[in-house]
Amino acid sequence: MPEQKRYPAKPKRVYFFATCLVDLLFPEAGLAGMQLIRREGVEVIFPQDQTCCGQPAWNSGYRDEAREVALQQLACFTEDHPIVVPSGSCAGMMRHHYPEMFAGSADQGRVEAFSSRVYELTEFLVHVLKIALQDLGEPVRVALHTSCSARREMGVAEEHEALLKQLSKVELMTQARKEECCGFGGTFAVKQPAISAEMVSDKANAIADTGADLLVSGDCGCLMNIGGHLDYRQASIDSRHIASFIWERTHATEG
Amino acid sequence: MTAKARDAILRRLRNKQPGFDTPSQPVAIETPSWPMEARIAQFKSMLETVRAEVHVTAAAHWTETLKSVAEEKQISNLLYAKQGPLAQAIERAWGDTLLPKLVCEERPVDEWKEQIFFHIDAAVTSARAAIAETGSLILWPDAFEPRTWSLVPPVHFVVVDAEKLYNTFAEAVEAEQWAQQMPTNALLISGPSKSADIQQTLAYGVHGPTELIVILKTSS
Amino acid sequence: MQQRADFNHRVEQALGNAQLKASLRSAMDGLMASRKACFPDADALDALRLRGAQIRANALSKLPQLLQQLEQRCTENGIRVHWAESVDEANGIVLDIMRQHQAELLIKGKSMVSEEMDLNRFLESHGIECLESDLGEYILQLAGEPPSHIVAPAIHKTRQDIARLFKEKFPDIPYSDDVDTLTGNARGILRKKFYAARVGLSGVNFAVAESGTLCLVENEGNGRMCTTVPPVHIAVTGIEKVVEKLAHVPPLLKLLTRSATGQPITTYFNMISSPRKTGEKDGPKEVHLLLLDNGRSRIYEDSELVNTLRCIRCGACMNHCPIYTRIGGHAYGTTIPGPIGSILEPQKAGLDSLGELPVASTLCGACAEVCPVRIPIPRLLNRLRYERIRSDRDGASHGQGSGRTVKEAAIWQAWSWLHRSPRRYRLAMALATRLCKILPLGLGPWTRVRKPPRIAARTLHQRAREEGFNDR
Repeated sequence: MPEQKRYPAKPKRVYFFATCLVDLLFPEAGLAGMQLIRREGVEVIFPQDQTCCGQPAWNSGYRDEAREVALQQLACFTEDHPIVVPSGSCAGMMRHHYPEMFAGSADQGRVEAFSSRVYELTEFLVHVLKIALQDLGEPVRVALHTSCSARREMGVAEEHEALLKQLSKVELMTQARKEECCGFGGTFAVKQPAISAEMVSDKANAIADTGADLLVSGDCGCLMNIGGHLDYRQASIDSRHIASFIWERTHATEG
Repeated sequence: MTAKARDAILRRLRNKQPGFDTPSQPVAIETPSWPMEARIAQFKSMLETVRAEVHVTAAAHWTETLKSVAEEKQISNLLYAKQGPLAQAIERAWGDTLLPKLVCEERPVDEWKEQIFFHIDAAVTSARAAIAETGSLILWPDAFEPRTWSLVPPVHFVVVDAEKLYNTFAEAVEAEQWAQQMPTNALLISGPSKSADIQQTLAYGVHGPTELIVILKTSS
Repeated sequence: MQQRADFNHRVEQALGNAQLKASLRSAMDGLMASRKACFPDADALDALRLRGAQIRANALSKLPQLLQQLEQRCTENGIRVHWAESVDEANGIVLDIMRQHQAELLIKGKSMVSEEMDLNRFLESHGIECLESDLGEYILQLAGEPPSHIVAPAIHKTRQDIARLFKEKFPDIPYSDDVDTLTGNARGILRKKFYAARVGLSGVNFAVAESGTLCLVENEGNGRMCTTVPPVHIAVTGIEKVVEKLAHVPPLLKLLTRSATGQPITTYFNMISSPRKTGEKDGPKEVHLLLLDNGRSRIYEDSELVNTLRCIRCGACMNHCPIYTRIGGHAYGTTIPGPIGSILEPQKAGLDSLGELPVASTLCGACAEVCPVRIPIPRLLNRLRYERIRSDRDGASHGQGSGRTVKEAAIWQAWSWLHRSPRRYRLAMALATRLCKILPLGLGPWTRVRKPPRIAARTLHQRAREEGFNDR
């Protein structure tokens, strides 16, 4: 249940937390997110010492290992700037689970202060930067998959949609059971491959049924899962991170 | 065995009472409140949704409704409580009417169980009150109108006064101070017996009455 | 590892059953839509769920006192109260009552606690017939199967399955797959049993401490039959089902029926506070209340896990669970399936036997979103994953640490070693971008239905620096 959120006024500077999946597999999505923020006149700081939020270990029960890695993130976002994360899942981890991880410990206070500065990218664009997008792209039909953590932990499903609806030539297609999980679930996809395969196949069917040209999501885990499955099926539906998609369509190339 | 188990269970629970966050103050829940006419409409519509019949009738004429509906449904016998709150009006209205035949039984049900299980078409009982929000009848069965009457015969007529129509269950429990005086059995009945256990398809009259016919008496 | 093999085997069987898949999907879609239609106002629903959570948390916070109060009130009202620490004790108590009355038939209303006790099999081994009277449970008893859903037990069966089953068991009754006819046939058969049975058994939805009242929710009337017609009524319940006040019942009832099946209320809400009183013409002369612990008091010890016990058994978590919808209730191999089963059952049976269940979740949170008493199910799943692999001895959970393997622990230690050092991490990532050209990313099960992800030529760390984003 997302709490009633309050957003700060537009800051001078923000931190960007890439997430490890973006870092290694989708760097262009991270870069797009940073460029979108920079275009609004806000300086983006990318601490080179960031690694991973710790979620994979935390969700596998390896709590000490997760804490050790979380503390490393705390150490490199020390100034009082908002921390923007291009993932509902990792943002949810840092905003909601960090306080849980350190409850009752000596670090509780500073962890809570850290967590309260964490924002998912789309909510930051909509509520803090109040971004206005001008669509420069060709008409396209898009299906949006909002990750479960973006929808339920961060409560930013509406923000994802609001951004896509600002793009005048994007037709947002609605797939059946859009709230349903795609079956990624981190290690779940590997530990329960049969159930996961069934879920991703149903999700891909629902998306294909809309006639969309493109799948957009704010989370790389879901993109890897659904997109990987669409590719495996050789479906003619490409997939893109929401930040890349928005940047590509609103960024005037020189000349 | 059970006393030993009791002590062991309670000891464990007391010794290891978990550190609860004190539950916060009860939140206020908005409850509906309808003026009488709307309340009746709500009550009627909720019951009709689950295939109950509701007849809103002037208090003076409710037995006519009972009679005509029973005749129309070709009910051959109708169980009523000789010493119940409806008896006088029913007996007066029936006079020498032959069908449906009035049946009254004051023996414990065990002594004429076969008859009520297999040979009674319908029973009529009163309801203590009713609930508009969910379309429910409140019955507190007693020595005159036993529990099986509203359960075993295939048709159940129930007569209730519109003055006793509460907005919600919570309102009834509070207004009547149920906690101080719970009867052997308090019941809410909100339609005929039903089940959706076979392929999510609704079927009526599984074990209880197939038909619930409500007569709501109004003062006007 | 046997448990894992068994679970995975059942999962495979379920996934290979196309008819099961279609039945579950349409049933769950229907239940989700009905629930949604029943709660049109999101704010009102939030307030009601908060109220529900408070009522249940309040009851648990006073559990020992409320159980004693319940016992006292029930006893004053003439209800005999029994306590059982284990399933064996509980079964023994029921058997004793049956023997005292020389009863050869027990007619049962729907009760998940009696499923937990495996009561039918136990009594049958002592020569006593048990008959399920809830239509869905009756069908499953004919089929010799356990329920696959706590509210809609036969949800995995089609009406044709049921028609064939009836024909097989009752060759004299003409075949029909018409739902009304099937229901009518069951009514006829069971009516004779209600008429004859000397002892009836039911579950309890809420037990009210202040008045000693047992509340039962049902649609069919079989619950009323079981608790009204036979001379003896036995109610079985877990010790967590108690609530403090009668005024707490209406909000919980509202949440229960709407969350379960999207009904504003069930046909019958039956509140029993005593056996037949002098002068009354029907109702059982003896009412027994059996309070079963069976591991609940151990769950109670932990201030986080205790929230498992808030559950009011509506089944909304399973109706909304994408995993349950794919595999159905039988795959779980537990009395209570679905998300709530995956937190409750491993705590009762031990993580050593059911530790696989908390792992088999994507933590999508659909369950917690609809839970009428706001049980943080994903959080508790996560907690049990930790209990399952923790290496110390401080936890309370049964079977703690049983899922820890040297190999997995080493992997996560190595993972932490890599990710807690920015230098090592950057080096490893840079290396990965080089190696990806040589080594294909073979991720085992992942690539069975997916193309492997492509590692980028340069990491975001590298590109951020190139694009002039400051480090601090």
